[in-house]
Amino acid sequence: MKTRDLTELASRNLRESVLRNSLTTLGIGVGVASLVALLSLGVGLQQLVNKSVARAGLFDTVSVRPRQNFPGAGGPRATRNASDLQPPRILDDAARQEISALPNVLEVNPEVRFTAEARIEPSSQPAGQLTFVAGMAQSSVSSGTLDGMTGKFFSSPSADEAIIQGDLAKRLLDAGKAPESLLGQDITLKFAQRQALTAAQDQTQQAANLSPEEQAMGFSIVPGEKKFHIVGVIPSSDSGGGQVGFNNAGIYLPLDVAQQLEVVQGSDLREVMNETSGQGKHYPALNVRASSPAAVAALETSVSQMGFAAFSLIDVTRNLRTFFAIFDLFLGIFGSLALIVASLGIINTLVMAILERRREIGVLKALGAADRDVRQLFFAEAGVMGLVGGLFGVALGWAIGRAIQFGTVVYLKRQGLNSPNIWSVPWWLVLGAILFAVLVSLAAGIYPASRAAQLDPVEALRYE
Amino acid sequence: MSVSETSSNLNGFAIRADRVSRHYKMGEALIRAVDEISLEIRAGEFLALLGSSGSGKSTLLNLIAGLDRPSSGAIFAQGKDLAAMSSEELATHRNQAIGIVFQSFQLLPRMTLEENVELPLRLAELPRSERPGRVREALERVKLGARVKHRPTELSGGEQQRGAIARALVNRPMILLADEPTGNLDTKTGEEIMSLIAELHRPPSGPPRTIIMVTHERSLAERYADRIVTLSDGAILSEERLR
Repeated sequence: MKTRDLTELASRNLRESVLRNSLTTLGIGVGVASLVALLSLGVGLQQLVNKSVARAGLFDTVSVRPRQNFPGAGGPRATRNASDLQPPRILDDAARQEISALPNVLEVNPEVRFTAEARIEPSSQPAGQLTFVAGMAQSSVSSGTLDGMTGKFFSSPSADEAIIQGDLAKRLLDAGKAPESLLGQDITLKFAQRQALTAAQDQTQQAANLSPEEQAMGFSIVPGEKKFHIVGVIPSSDSGGGQVGFNNAGIYLPLDVAQQLEVVQGSDLREVMNETSGQGKHYPALNVRASSPAAVAALETSVSQMGFAAFSLIDVTRNLRTFFAIFDLFLGIFGSLALIVASLGIINTLVMAILERRREIGVLKALGAADRDVRQLFFAEAGVMGLVGGLFGVALGWAIGRAIQFGTVVYLKRQGLNSPNIWSVPWWLVLGAILFAVLVSLAAGIYPASRAAQLDPVEALRYE
Repeated sequence: MSVSETSSNLNGFAIRADRVSRHYKMGEALIRAVDEISLEIRAGEFLALLGSSGSGKSTLLNLIAGLDRPSSGAIFAQGKDLAAMSSEELATHRNQAIGIVFQSFQLLPRMTLEENVELPLRLAELPRSERPGRVREALERVKLGARVKHRPTELSGGEQQRGAIARALVNRPMILLADEPTGNLDTKTGEEIMSLIAELHRPPSGPPRTIIMVTHERSLAERYADRIVTLSDGAILSEERLR
């Protein structure tokens, strides 16, 4: 029999025992729905994490630092690879130029990150808030780092402007005020400033009361203070919208402005210990942006071979993908269980159909139906139930996923948090679920179809 | 092709049974439903298989139809040995070479008359475009052209049997097997059905069709059949040529 005839006859047969077949199909639908709902949440969570990491620019960034050969508790660190054999180098302008010249490097920016005391004037709070301040490159505006920000980006690389993180804004403001109310206000930062010693100062060190340590360092540390105009507020980090990553901070300044502040950073002290403080400008770290995430691994290797420590999140994300693959597998297994149970319903329905349609099978055989035709007819009925159940299940699973997403959004909003999208139904999940439902249904139809095909037509025609 | 097959073909036999037996085992007992029957039915002959209940006439008809396989012996239908056929080939034989009419009509109640008649065409994988014409032709032949959309339950017994005959004829077989075709009908309707079968046996144009009818009514057999074969206990008791 031709496929179209088979499908027509199968559909007709299914319509006749409409209640029983609908319930069986509903069972398949529920099974598929549980599969789709669980996997859509798994996929959604995976996409959420990937998006967060990508938004922070972590997929295309390599953090470069001078290699530290500190012996740990267990003695010197064991050599991991050939690049470790390169002698450690200082991260200076020459190194920056060298890294910039590497293939697939878009830009190399120094990492400026320091602790400062922040204060809003006037404020009812007696003391300022200690926070991390970081320099932000102009390219960050298009990287998605500032997604969800209220306000605008820095008007120019040299503007005395600041973008403030929501958590810090809450701490600086009186209770009940929204972080966005800080937009347009000024914020004062107090920090430890590095001041280079001039030749005159060297000669009159006694008069200037410089300590011998300062003289040895080649610079002095003085209190610094500067006002910045708040132009943007980033959502709180606990809402899933805040910036994460290498350069997480409470306040962001234009990179050039942050550099010009000459704030004392941790690396300055390291340089003092290494007695390299008088040897020109050194960077504590450089952030290297690659042209694509695919270029990061090679870039990391090249930088390591130059004698620097390089770090990227490629390895972390690889583990993350493995984790989510296993997570989705388990969700799929649990989701499939309901479908497997539903397949028992198909077997039951079709076996009942054989008993009820015994004479019909006999008539079909008397009219010239081969065993193969009868087998295919029952297969087609199982397949149609699987297909309809699959389509219905995908729709139901989609609706359940939407409902879970909606419930999550409502709950998070009540908690005062942002509401990320934790649900996603990609096309492959839709097609895969329908295909899986049809395959499971066909597998469930094997026994009834074989039994129907093997019926003796003479016996079947006698059946009352 | 075997010698006997060739000869059956050459001699113009529609059906030839050669020492055919069909035995069943029921516990320890061996039931000889058909026991070493040899029978030759000429193409275009109307043969009545007469016998009481349990004489083996329906079993022999099932063997000729290819619905059952003999325990021993051979049956040739239009020159082909049914015992040597695969189940697929037997299905094709039932679909193409013969038409079967049952005592209880056996129309599928879920389908309309038109769909019931179309079933053998679906199984024959006839192009869809040709089917409506063939169905209409078969139904008009049995004077049911106006009842195509009716379900079997909406038809009288006689109409159902005429519908079953249309279904048996739709693939234009040259052999029609009828198992007690009037058994479930009143006398008048039974007469109408027998008249129809007689018409099909000798159509106005074309060669006569072979009819093998199982019945237990001698009067019916005598009126319509060319030959009567009487069975008893699975064996031929007598043969009587009437025309």
